[in-house]
Formats: sequence, C-alpha cells, structure tokens
Amino acid sequence: MTTAGSKPRVNPPRWLLAELTYACPLQCPYCSNPVDYPRYKNELTTDEWLDILRQARKLGAVQLGFSGGEPLLRQDLEQLIAESRKLGYYTNLITSGVGLNEERVRAFKEAGLDHIQLSFQAPFKELNDYLAGTACFEQKVEAAKLIKRYGFPMVLCFVRHRLTDDYVEDFLKLAIELKADYVELAMVQNLAWDFVNRKALLPTQEQLARSERIAKAYQQKLKGQMKIYYVVQDYYESRPKACMSGWGNIFLTIAPDGTALPCHSAKLLPGIEFPNVREHSVQWVWEESPAFNRFRGFAWMPEPCRSCNEKEKDFGGCRCQAYLLTGDMTATDPVCSKSPHHHLVEQATAQARQSGDRPLLFRNPKNARRLRIT
Amino acid sequence: MSLDPKTPLLFSPCHRLQWEESQQKYVILYPEGLVELNHTSADILKLCDGHHTLETIAAELERKYQTPGLIEDIREFLEIALDNGWIQTKG
Repeated sequence: MTTAGSKPRVNPPRWLLAELTYACPLQCPYCSNPVDYPRYKNELTTDEWLDILRQARKLGAVQLGFSGGEPLLRQDLEQLIAESRKLGYYTNLITSGVGLNEERVRAFKEAGLDHIQLSFQAPFKELNDYLAGTACFEQKVEAAKLIKRYGFPMVLCFVRHRLTDDYVEDFLKLAIELKADYVELAMVQNLAWDFVNRKALLPTQEQLARSERIAKAYQQKLKGQMKIYYVVQDYYESRPKACMSGWGNIFLTIAPDGTALPCHSAKLLPGIEFPNVREHSVQWVWEESPAFNRFRGFAWMPEPCRSCNEKEKDFGGCRCQAYLLTGDMTATDPVCSKSPHHHLVEQATAQARQSGDRPLLFRNPKNARRLRIT
Repeated sequence: MSLDPKTPLLFSPCHRLQWEESQQKYVILYPEGLVELNHTSADILKLCDGHHTLETIAAELERKYQTPGLIEDIREFLEIALDNGWIQTKG
C-alpha cells in the first residue's frame, strides 16, 4: 500500500481517443498506428464501446475523438456518435474522407456529431495519392464540400514532412478554397511508421524555417476567419514537448482491441502491461492501474529531469521517444539539450542535411510482417 | 481592437458552452479543444445571445453582483473572447 501523501494526485480524464479500428484504405508511410498493427484483430463490439463511452464520461471525459485507422469503416459509427452526443461529449470525427458520402454525412448530422477533421496527404493529386498509396485526392475534396454543406465546423489536417513541408502555402490556399474553419499544419512525430521512415521524412531546418514563416504570415492575414495551428518538429527544438500534457493526466486512448493507453503510441514501451477495458473498469484503469501510474507525477524521473526547474512544464518529454532513441523509457527525452543523449537527435538532423536516396516503407500488412522479421 | 459597446454579441456557432457536473464549472468546447471557465466568465458568455451588447451585459451583471464599474473588466474579457473566436459581433 502506498500512503496517501506519496501518491501523485489523479486528475479526471478530459479527452478520450476512441481508436475504433486499425483497418484503413490508405497506406501513409507516417501512420501513427503501431508498426505491428495487423496483430490486433479482436475489435471491440458496439455494446462494449457504448459501455466504455458511458464509463469515461462519468469519470469526467468531455472531448471525444473517433479515429483509427479509418473510423468510417465501422458501420456502427452513427450509433456511437448518437450515444456520445446524448452523454454530453463534444464529438470529433478524425477521418481520411475515404468512404464519406452524403448519406453518412447526413446521418452524422442527425446523430449530433460536432466536428469533422479531414486529413490531406498533399495539396496536389499526384503527391497526395502517392503518399496515401491509393487514389483519393478527389474524394477528399468532395468530402470537404459535403462537410461544409452540412454545416460542420471543419478542420483540415495537413501532415508535413520532408516531402510535403515545401507545400504549406499551396495547402493553405486549398484550405481557403474549401472554406476550412481550422487548419492543422501537423508534423511527423517520429514514433511509429514515421520512425521507421525517419530518414525519408525528417525535414531540414531550412524547410521548417520557411514553412513557419509562411504559416505565420497566413495566421496574421486570416485572423478571425480561419485558425491555423502550426506544429513544430521537436528534433530541432532544445526542449521536449509536454507530451500528452503529462502521462495519465488528461488523455485516455482506447485501442481497437480495448487496450487502454496514456497515448496512442505507448504500446511500444516494453515491460508495461497495459490494461484492457474488457477486463477492468475504466475507473480502475485510469486511477489504479500500474500502467497509468508508471510515469505520473515526478518521482520516476532520473537526472537531469529530477532537479530541473522545467519538469512541471514538459514532464520530461515523451516516453516513447526516450525509449526509441535510447532504449531506456525512463530517460530524459533526448530532444532536450540537457539530455546526455542529445547527440542522437543531432545525428538525425545532421543526416537530414545530406542528400541521397531515401526509400519509403508504406504502411500495409506486408510491410508490417517484413518489419517483424527483420 | 476596441469593442463597440453597442454592438450585439453572439456566442460562436462553432463552439459549445456547457456545464460540466464532474468539474462543477462551465467549459467551452470546440474542435479538439477545451477551455475551463470561472463563474464570472461563464455569466458573461451566457449573455452573448445575439441581442446583448457590452453595455447591456455590464449593466445586467453589475445588477446581479451588486457591484458598479464592471464594464472595463468585462470589455477586457470580451475582447479576449473575440480574439479566440468564442464570440462574434453581430453587425
């Protein structure tokens, strides 16, 4: 037993990310799903999801994201949205747009869906379809028009990396044309498929400086009309990101098979038994499970985090990044210039400056198998 | 930017103002975002109904709280709310 004083305070969850399925018609080489995603087949049923949604809402979750894979592949999506709305969630649908037709958009409206986030791989057909691994650009444009016609607030998400960061202005022009309310200029995070493909995807500092300049100019120009979020590439920062605003602090992810995670990447961390909501209540998972308490608070931190006066700002950075780069998930995030492993990040950014052939491994079952063997 | 005290204000249709029982406070919900409000801020935003203006909101809250001279604090908050897109002017 731990005494009351030694245990960090547990805040209620605010965000629930419902990853309804890992199945997806796209093959983006920067996908944030686990590299071994085909292994997780046993998807939660409609009733199981409905029960989880009720439990998490009771605990305090209020923002709800339906994502995947491609959540549109779940035929019970309308039903899950309707129940979520009734429970008082703000419901976000995070989609590639592939499979979105008028019938479904109308059904989502009737079910009370609050917002749709639509992702683009690139602002042009050729590059978009190459990166998606399938022809889908026109479908996305049509999806955006449908979303607006039915009066949804629309976020367009553009994933930036080495092959697309030069096209931020083209994307912003497309977003204006499609009447987006918000634009997220996202950035590869180097944690899943984007870690496998890091050499091919890590942008250069020059690319980032330019895209940030453009984003800032448009933010000024479109103030009050379109909100633009620009995400930095943390490999070029000297302090780590406040990953998930802290482990087990506000974010709860439920993977397609019911595994509960503090973030959608955490499954890659070794030796942590992540609880499954098929076997445990959401409340136990959040408040009591060893996995969700593993990196709560500050007691787990090694130096240089332990004595750092910025630890309450960045929580020591990202555990997955620490593990992927150093092999030690308790290490200070190597993005931090105070980390003894910071040279690993510098090596990666130095490599980004070099030219050369950089093959891409697309996300699909065949490549997932290949990665498991090698 | 300076807010005209006679312009009607409207809470944004892209946002939702909601009472959260578990937190005992009002929150603003919008695409992938959440802002927690104190009671005064929530009282101001609830009056952004497309009819009230800075002037009439201030008058109503000064009466409610029985405190005069709130208009400048309310103006400051409404300008932040406008900047964040939580409210719109109805011209």
